[in-house]
Amino acid sequence: MATAAVQTVERENYLNSNYGIKSWLLTTDHKRIAMLYLISITVMFWIGGFFAMMIRLELLTPAGDLVSSDTYNKLFTMHGIVMVFFFLIPSVPAVLGNFLIPLMVGAKDLAFPRVNLLSWYLYIIGATTALVSMVSGGVDTGWTFYTPFSTTYSNTHVIGAAIGIFIAGFSSILTGLNFIVTIHRMRAPGMTWRRLPLFCWSNYAAALIMMLGTPVIAITLLLVALERAFHIGVFNPSLGGDPLLFQHLFWFYSHPAVYIMILPGMGVMSEIVTCFSRKRVFGYEFVALASIAIAVLGFLVWAHHMFVAGISVYAALVFSLLSYFVAIPSAVKIFNWTATLYKGSIRYETPMLYAFGFIGLFTVGGLTGVFLASLGLDVHVTDTYFVVAHFHYVMVGGMVMAYLAGLHFWWPKITGRMYPEAWAKLSALLVFVGFNTTFFPQFILGYLGSPRRYHAYPPEFQVWNVLSTAGASILAVGYVLPMIYFLWSLRYGEPAGPNPYNAVGLEWMTPSPPPTHNFDETPVVTWEAYDYEHQPQEEVTVGH
Amino acid sequence: MWKNFPFFPEQASAMAWQVDGLYFLLVAVSAFFTLLIFALVLYFAVKYRRSVHPHPAQIEGSLPLELTWTLIPLGICMVFFAWGSLIYFQEARPPKDAMEVYAVAKQWMWKFEYENGQRDINELHVPVGRDIRMVMSSQDVIHSFFVPAFRVKADVLPGRYTETWFRPTKVGTYHLFCAEYCGTNHSAMIGQVIVMAPEEYQAWMNSGGGGGPTGSLAANGERLFGQLGCATCHGLETQGRGPNLAGLYGKPVLMADGRTVTADENYIRESILNPGVKIVAGFKPIMPTFQGQVSEEGLMALEAYIKSLSRPQAEGAADHRPPAPDESSTK
Repeated sequence: MATAAVQTVERENYLNSNYGIKSWLLTTDHKRIAMLYLISITVMFWIGGFFAMMIRLELLTPAGDLVSSDTYNKLFTMHGIVMVFFFLIPSVPAVLGNFLIPLMVGAKDLAFPRVNLLSWYLYIIGATTALVSMVSGGVDTGWTFYTPFSTTYSNTHVIGAAIGIFIAGFSSILTGLNFIVTIHRMRAPGMTWRRLPLFCWSNYAAALIMMLGTPVIAITLLLVALERAFHIGVFNPSLGGDPLLFQHLFWFYSHPAVYIMILPGMGVMSEIVTCFSRKRVFGYEFVALASIAIAVLGFLVWAHHMFVAGISVYAALVFSLLSYFVAIPSAVKIFNWTATLYKGSIRYETPMLYAFGFIGLFTVGGLTGVFLASLGLDVHVTDTYFVVAHFHYVMVGGMVMAYLAGLHFWWPKITGRMYPEAWAKLSALLVFVGFNTTFFPQFILGYLGSPRRYHAYPPEFQVWNVLSTAGASILAVGYVLPMIYFLWSLRYGEPAGPNPYNAVGLEWMTPSPPPTHNFDETPVVTWEAYDYEHQPQEEVTVGH
Repeated sequence: MWKNFPFFPEQASAMAWQVDGLYFLLVAVSAFFTLLIFALVLYFAVKYRRSVHPHPAQIEGSLPLELTWTLIPLGICMVFFAWGSLIYFQEARPPKDAMEVYAVAKQWMWKFEYENGQRDINELHVPVGRDIRMVMSSQDVIHSFFVPAFRVKADVLPGRYTETWFRPTKVGTYHLFCAEYCGTNHSAMIGQVIVMAPEEYQAWMNSGGGGGPTGSLAANGERLFGQLGCATCHGLETQGRGPNLAGLYGKPVLMADGRTVTADENYIRESILNPGVKIVAGFKPIMPTFQGQVSEEGLMALEAYIKSLSRPQAEGAADHRPPAPDESSTK
């Protein structure tokens, strides 16, 4: 590669332009803030993962023998809170989105760099508040905080956890704001909406949900804290409140939040599938519009979490119908990625292996969502392990796979170093096998009627639980590996060069790691996204 | 060996095979699409690998294909939507002549009361082949009544009644789970549904197996009706300050503000605990609240009594046993 020689001279980039803790904690560089997020959410991932391992170990035997009931209840609550609010929601947007969106649109930074730093601090304050309430005794309401249990009956640190999520919510809102303004206002000359990488489209869609949905969960959790502290009657019927009101408000955010978690992952997929099959994405407009359709329809399906909660049958009918509709754009995306492979020129490097895994697992996760949208069937499987398996297939099988795919894909860009390919392929395989072994048995458990959030369970369910715990151990190894070799690669990895995968996209036209101002010259875009045909690598390198 | 690897719960209700039928079809369709995607991905990945296919063909997309994979899944989804909704509507509409069992859920136990006044804790006895309608309320947090073998589940809420129904088709003992997380001993809030042959069920009823009947539920309600002074205004003879309750249950009632409300269990409950919310046309809002004065069990007895006033021969009031000390009035 022509530019590889540049690497040998220590070129100034965002990592070495400044040293010292202050230069990191006061940075307004979107790339450094992305790294701050990467470190923070990785810590949260391992904390949440530790809770998950404890849960799986407890469930190895039917009796509740490893930890007490109260401890178990706190474990699954804290696993959910940490993973949903402090890992999954920020994962792709706050790390990869933060790093890549300005690069992809050809901008020097996000629109509001200081607000970007503020959103990281809000995240840290929120996460710390939540962790302090966990360390000082824990929370046992489930991550769903259902009332009146959370407002009146729980004796744990509900307010602390709620305030932590409340604060972190503002971090999410500000990140969304930054993405929307950046994508609207800061695209390089020639970067039209139809030339925008699909990663930007899907993060844009997720940002819409962050801005419109997050205020609702913030208000709802505030009301929970107020009812708990001052006994104002909002949700508790004995104070004159309505417990279902809470569920409506909670899911009005928390169902769209599922799309905050999955949409950016879908964006990663579009980048990787095209790069490793050297093709345009099949049906660009449909993939882009599907993201927006998911964001819009995602706001109209919240009550499908409440089919057995005592809502009217007609409301249930409408929400069931709309839930089927929201399944369609996801299916369209899967079909388009598959079609992108057709007549491609396919390489099986690690990001692509993770992407294959995503397609498989997200397909299963999406299709089992159709089971849950079906009213008569949902009555039987809701609140069982079927639901647990379903959302892990989407959130872990989908989003974590996409996050790891993206992290591998852009790791050379972020750090300037290659990870060891053989180990990385092994990790992709272990994650895929471990994941299926962990969660597929839970579909069967769910249909058998094993309720979720059970500390002890009837003995006939044991065999599937043992299998699930065994799978979780494999999965854990699959997650530990990248942690080790990514760190290893920082020092010992091969220098990557600006574009190790020969990908198109503006982020690949600047050195790795990128300079603080991203581009030495503002790029001018004259080609479509994923134009692997007309833009051989040499012609599009800018600035060198 | 396969006994250790259970795949499906027992089918012990009239609804179970319907739910399972939908499930099997969904599994088949899902398996088809999953295998289709897997096969296509694998086939393309191998056939068009870089070493044998170095020059990709650029394809923009195809409107006919996009429409195909939008409309076909949508069509299939609508079939599932219709089928799932049909089952749900059946589940939501209990047959008129169903036998009623009242359930009170609390952290962390189930209390059941039968029409004859029999009581059970964590065990629900029902005769095979009868439609059973559960009328449920919670004393504290949200719980959920879940019997996997019947494929029924319904949340049990504080402050209102929810209902579900089933028709057991097989004698046996089945799991009863609380399916909505409710605190420390959530996983111990379990019980059994014991489905009995009709004659055994009758014998069990007569033996007072559950906990000693104190007269039928409606008779208890009638006694409570007197004790709380309800009869002063709602007496069957007096045409006075409160509406006459005979024949009320299940009928539409005209409100002072012009609305019409069906007098179901939740309406009756609200009228006792929060009488100012819905005022019947032609009456003054003078009724005091009974919030905090009647237990959940007491409310259920009152409901049973008021319902009995709507049956042809007012049978509830007919069951006159010697009045026993009433434990369900105030707690």
